[in-house]
Amino acid sequence: MIHEPRRADSNVAGGSDAGRRLSEGGLNLKPSGRVHVPDSLDAGSPGRAVGEASVADPVFSCRDVSVFYGAKQALKGVTIDVARRQVLAAIGPSGCGKSTFLRCLNRMNDTIPGARVTGTITLDGRDIYSKRQDVAQLRARIGMVFQKPNPFPKSIYDNVAYGPRIHKLTRSRTDLDELVFTSLARAGLWDEVKDRLGSLAIGLSGGQQQRLCIARALAVQPEVILMDEPCSALDPIATAHVEDLIEQLRASYAIVIVTHSMQQAARVSQRTAYFYMGQLIEVGDTDRVFTNPQHRLTEDYITGRFG
Amino acid sequence: MSSAEAFARHLAGQRLRERIFRASTLAAAILLLLLLGGVVVSLLHGAWPAFDRFRLAFITQDVWNPVTNRYGALSAIYGTVVTSVLAMILALPVSFGIAVFLTELAPPWLKRPVGVAIELLAAIPSIIFGIWGLFVLAPVLQESVEPWIDGHLGKLPLVGALFQGAPYGIGFLTAGIVLAIMIIPFISAVIRDVFDTVPDVLKESGYGLGATTWEVIWKVVVPYSRSGMIGGIMLGLGRALGETMAVTFVIGNAHQISASLLAPGTTISAAIANEFTEATTPLYTSSLIALGVLLFVITFAVIAAARLMLLRLGRRGLASV
Repeated sequence: MIHEPRRADSNVAGGSDAGRRLSEGGLNLKPSGRVHVPDSLDAGSPGRAVGEASVADPVFSCRDVSVFYGAKQALKGVTIDVARRQVLAAIGPSGCGKSTFLRCLNRMNDTIPGARVTGTITLDGRDIYSKRQDVAQLRARIGMVFQKPNPFPKSIYDNVAYGPRIHKLTRSRTDLDELVFTSLARAGLWDEVKDRLGSLAIGLSGGQQQRLCIARALAVQPEVILMDEPCSALDPIATAHVEDLIEQLRASYAIVIVTHSMQQAARVSQRTAYFYMGQLIEVGDTDRVFTNPQHRLTEDYITGRFG
Repeated sequence: MSSAEAFARHLAGQRLRERIFRASTLAAAILLLLLLGGVVVSLLHGAWPAFDRFRLAFITQDVWNPVTNRYGALSAIYGTVVTSVLAMILALPVSFGIAVFLTELAPPWLKRPVGVAIELLAAIPSIIFGIWGLFVLAPVLQESVEPWIDGHLGKLPLVGALFQGAPYGIGFLTAGIVLAIMIIPFISAVIRDVFDTVPDVLKESGYGLGATTWEVIWKVVVPYSRSGMIGGIMLGLGRALGETMAVTFVIGNAHQISASLLAPGTTISAAIANEFTEATTPLYTSSLIALGVLLFVITFAVIAAARLMLLRLGRRGLASV
């Protein structure tokens, strides 16, 4: 079956070079669904991903996004959409660019000296790399959860209240309390910490700390949540907690999760994107990608032949 | 000789070397304590005649008169504290700004040159700051800055007295400025180093919540590195309190207490450096040594206060995270 993945691109990328290259993209889909791929993956050959990169009414729309750290190119011409109220999992071996991709979405790469991003990324249709975009404002709309739980050296309450305070989201102490409590509840942490909101967050277990970080992100009332291997430092029980939480949050947020665990990607996501050596190789419905991968590299990875 | 014997000898030699090594490090540590003790004892011994003669008056009286042989250290203590506090007030914001710029904002190509420049500034001998202060800074202050301060700030209510008076060019203000320039490299280098120890993940979670650089610095980086910052500030303060040569050039060396920062004064170390060759009577010499004891006590108190603050911070769990 042949998909027409990038028709919608041309109106986003306009008449740009990226758009032209995309529509010319040398995809070679055979009716069998298996794609012929040259053995070497050259740099600068964007738009080669297999599968369904576009969705209707996307939250994020990335077109030909490349990232350079100094002279090194970490992401090579990635074109992909992020759908609303859905979990997109980014998988791939270490160093494949999946975290770099995630960090493009809230411009976290800006904090790394020497990092440069090309291509376009829009959030709700607006270019987030435009000069007029206020970076702090952008990040306030996008929650981020990191690999290691990283609560601030403050109390549990103050951790969750940090975002609302700097953005002045609430007018009174009662409102702030309310927001902190509901955020903790949504993160599934309320029952465990309600009696010790004033104690230091580092006293919590790793899994609790990670849910606290999720509560902290939720308190800013974001539209999207980015998760960078959120369970890699957690034990299986804490991981299950966080995965349940992702399932619940999906009802109201778009979520992009980077994960090393293919099982986790299969469990929590509706769409999966496979990255390899800085390129987006394949993207599509999770069920489809895992049961019927169309690209040889994807198949090699999910069957455990490498990675 | 069998190989077993040879091995036993080797082991014995190894043990001996280890014992010598341990003993010599212990000796080095003990030597330091002995030296410190020796300094304290000889200082106290030398200062005893002055303390015995003047008792508490030595630190409460503002007299310093070699002719009548009466000595009180109050003006020197006052000058030391005022110039150091002034230097801290001027140096802290600048050092903080340098550290923030270097760790968070500077593009990579600018980081190294500025960092090296700071280290070079720290390596300049204090006598050079002294002649620069006297021949370059003081005339500028005297001709343009101090008249303006006297004319404008001097008219302010309450704090006006601090800024009134004739523009000498040398005095508390000049000494404070020179001291500030001298301690900026120390404070900013230490603050930069502690800022660098803040984990990136912590800063990123601040940025991730939509915090600006200022908010991340103020609400994440500073609380995290508070204890290290106090260490750097105390290092700078310790240096400012004891700095001799540069201050001696620009303080004016007048044993007097004036409300105005524009007036000349003296500090403990400047008084010692200036007057040691003139100290003709035993009591005069003893009084100068007694000044040294006071400086020792003040510096010690600053370090002790810093330690105490760090301890209290540590108990609240902030210093250790």
